[in-house]
Amino acid sequence: MFNTLQDLMLHNKSITYVLMGVVLICFVGFWHFLTDKEERKRRY
Amino acid sequence: MSTETQKGTLFTPWNIVAGIILAAGVVVTIMRFTMGLGAVTNLSDNNPWGIWIGFDLLCGVALAAGGYTTSAACYIFGFKRFHGAVRPAILTAFLGYALVVFALNYDVGRPWRLVYPIFYQQGTTSILFEVGLCVFIYLTVLFLEYLPAALEWKRGFDKYRDILVKLTMGLTILGVILSTLHQSSLGALYLIAPSKLHPLWYTPYLPVMFFMSSMFAGMSMVIFEGTLSHKHFHHKMDDEYNLGYEDLQMAFSKAAAWIMAGYLAMKVLGLAMDNRWQFLGTGYGVWWLTEVVGFVALPCYAYAVAYRDRNLKLARFTALWTVLGIVLNRFNISLVAFNWQLPSVDRYFPSAGEIIISLFVVTIGVIAFRFIVTRMPIFYVHPAYKDSSH
Repeated sequence: MFNTLQDLMLHNKSITYVLMGVVLICFVGFWHFLTDKEERKRRY
Repeated sequence: MSTETQKGTLFTPWNIVAGIILAAGVVVTIMRFTMGLGAVTNLSDNNPWGIWIGFDLLCGVALAAGGYTTSAACYIFGFKRFHGAVRPAILTAFLGYALVVFALNYDVGRPWRLVYPIFYQQGTTSILFEVGLCVFIYLTVLFLEYLPAALEWKRGFDKYRDILVKLTMGLTILGVILSTLHQSSLGALYLIAPSKLHPLWYTPYLPVMFFMSSMFAGMSMVIFEGTLSHKHFHHKMDDEYNLGYEDLQMAFSKAAAWIMAGYLAMKVLGLAMDNRWQFLGTGYGVWWLTEVVGFVALPCYAYAVAYRDRNLKLARFTALWTVLGIVLNRFNISLVAFNWQLPSVDRYFPSAGEIIISLFVVTIGVIAFRFIVTRMPIFYVHPAYKDSSH
């Protein structure tokens, strides 16, 4: 599938960058899920 | 182990079980130090590290991380309402690290040479030297942090106690630095064996993962230990401890959920960076998914739900779940996924002697914890130091 190391690294990093974007978006969603029932005056 | 013993009932079920474990432990200890490792362990040249490293050391150090997380939350981040929980967490950490060093003697043998790497011949190029040095210094720091409680118990040392109380902030900062160093170094130990550790567990980020997991392991252990303590030592707790207790469990649930989310992301990104996807379809892949989904992703979600709904019962259950997950992770890295290419006949499985010694060490820890909290001001502020407690 990969003829050169360049091909392999390009493939791995491309997938990683896409996943990092997904992870960052998920983090925002998770933070909202975690904190949306908190009182306005945050205690932690 | 029950508090009944204070009233004179010595033969409680827990005490009998503890007595049997201690007696068996003493027998195996004598065998270990008179007849060598071969007499009591299944260790070999292929598997020189067994559960005395995988459980007693790796799990012991990770689960003792509650000391630095709680003291950092209270003294560095300023959550003073968690003050009541600092002493129990420090005591758990101190006993945890002391028993790690105690258990290490079984593995390396010749206890009188334990000081050699620090004072006589430093192997400064070895990552193990860094681990040893940090554990040595941090155990000293934890002892100094714990000492005020012992000095308040044995009155008459107020001068020394006051000096130690003034050093609290410095000791806390030192504790965080040392923990950062050696928690990650324990993961770095396995970087030297990329061909022995299964590709799903081997990643250059192992040190970061060990450090991150130690944070939520320590918090979970504080919640778990607090739950058990409330059951057995409730009569020893004062209002300050009880007031902050539920608050602390909720705050740690939130923090643990957030850190576990980051840890989960690192696990997945590590998979992508090293292109290990093809291993997920194998038996090891199923086991890896069991660890990551069953003992990281689900507890992370459970902690988040517990915090959202202020569900203490769920938070306490999740704490135990997470503690088991950490034990599973350390077992996987040090035992299950290690030497994965060896034929099954050469794989390691702990002997009865090794299991007895691990139970022996844990039992000593529980007895020491019980001895200290029933005598010293751990869950309450000593009446004579109400105004000057740190």
